[in-house]
Amino acid sequence: MIDMPDTATGEVVSDEITLRYDYSLGEVAGKFMQGLREKKILATRCSKSGLTYLPPRAYCERSFEPCDGWVEAGTGGVIECSSIVVRGYEGKRKAPMAIAFVRLDGIDTAIANYVDGVDLADFDEAMRRIAPGNRVRVEFIASPEGRITDFSFVLES
Amino acid sequence: MSQAVAVLGTYQSEFRTQDPHHTFVEQAQIAAAGAYRDAGMTPEDVDAVVISLAPTFFMGVADADRWALDHIFGAGKPVFRVHTGGATGGSAVHAANTLVRSGLARSVLIVGAERIAETPDAQKVLNIIFDAFYERDLPLSTNTMVALRATTYMQRFGYDQEDLARVVVRARRNAMNNPYAHLKGEVTIADVLSSRMIAWPLKLFDICPRSSGSAAMIVGNMEMAKRFATRPAFVNGAGARTDTYWLGDRMGPFAESDIIEYQLIAEAARACFAQGGITDPLKQIQVAEIYDPYSINSAFTLEQAGFCSRGMALRLEREGYWDCDGGAVAVNPSGGTLCTNPIAISGLVRCIDAANQIMGKAGAMQIAGVRNALATASGGSAQFYTCTLFGADPYHA
Repeated sequence: MIDMPDTATGEVVSDEITLRYDYSLGEVAGKFMQGLREKKILATRCSKSGLTYLPPRAYCERSFEPCDGWVEAGTGGVIECSSIVVRGYEGKRKAPMAIAFVRLDGIDTAIANYVDGVDLADFDEAMRRIAPGNRVRVEFIASPEGRITDFSFVLES
Repeated sequence: MSQAVAVLGTYQSEFRTQDPHHTFVEQAQIAAAGAYRDAGMTPEDVDAVVISLAPTFFMGVADADRWALDHIFGAGKPVFRVHTGGATGGSAVHAANTLVRSGLARSVLIVGAERIAETPDAQKVLNIIFDAFYERDLPLSTNTMVALRATTYMQRFGYDQEDLARVVVRARRNAMNNPYAHLKGEVTIADVLSSRMIAWPLKLFDICPRSSGSAAMIVGNMEMAKRFATRPAFVNGAGARTDTYWLGDRMGPFAESDIIEYQLIAEAARACFAQGGITDPLKQIQVAEIYDPYSINSAFTLEQAGFCSRGMALRLEREGYWDCDGGAVAVNPSGGTLCTNPIAISGLVRCIDAANQIMGKAGAMQIAGVRNALATASGGSAQFYTCTLFGADPYHA
């Protein structure tokens, strides 16, 4: 037997893993992103179930039939749920930021995005303004590039 | 006819933010050996192993089940890795239950370990579970997803942040009886309310810690129970349901399953209770170990599982309904996931804590006269739900 030195605790081996991806959009998301470049929010519709989906789907998961039509979503909608994100995330917008899931007019499901133009100095007051049930409208950036951040929601005045 | 399934041994480590004394596989080994010791069994007595392993980005070794095989005495046996996000531990117990119930295995080891704090980028890992095209550019994570749902739940039923805080006070107090719990102690409603806002309405104290540790359970058929256990718990129900990836499909008037109140739970609980002969959970179940990584979670779980009606759980919380002393059902005597969350094995720990209550092995957490105990788990973007019912006697429907 040899004398073993005390276990060195707290010692670590450090590593940093960088992975790069190019996600293929496919036809459905590709058409949606093209719509954004034209300042339109495009949804798919299934004539069998009668449901209209955002984000758009290739297949209707209720009728098990392909979605067979595209419609343009309304520019206004109702907040289904909302929050103010106070602890921020690297690579996202600077906190605090308001986000919401909104059901746009003519659409049966909700889609998420930032809510802009709300004073976030007082969280409770800001939450009252973006409370579920309140209405918002879609606002596009000046030069959309085909990414979900091309638009955000603003309160309907 | 299906086999009765008994819990023969359990193990859980102490949980803390980091475990600098062991590697991931050493933690898993400690748990496996601990469960074998508890059951008085050796690896030869077990026919298969289920590894409870969620996203491996946290600990940084891809699909570390392979790394752990020798350490958990799995080589030479059929081994299954189970992964349903936060519900992983619940699903792992269900997989083992199925193997024994069907007669394919005499007994099965369920084992796992977790070290979320191995990376400072845990929130980034939780962001990339969301859709790359439509959602990932937003600050979506489990924290913000639950915050969004909590906003609507609280508005729907007229609750405020103080109602959420009361849950945290109970959880941390219960955890003082749990030698394995990560967070514990007397905190006040004011302490919770003054903790740092993370995503409205959730503050730091409304949110579980990132925990490191390990756990294991051995289940077996009646023949193994007679050989190795004097007072086993029986797995009398295992109900699981799964839902769409799309959060926005589960909101509003056209939703099939409302995500705000997490209606998926009702389906999973119904299936579980039907197997175990539970018709009135409040009267028949004495302990509920609920997967509650956020202060809001136990509320809609208790409602959907039928312990109270919609929107009532936080009102009943004010009256001590869910307390260990004098409550209608003891909710999370362990302190629950709010006090300890090693994601990959949290669902397994809920099952261990529930089974130990049946076996009279819960130590200072023990509730008197437990005949039925429920353990739940939830995972993905609220997509996976498992309910597991443990009983003092095998139940045959």
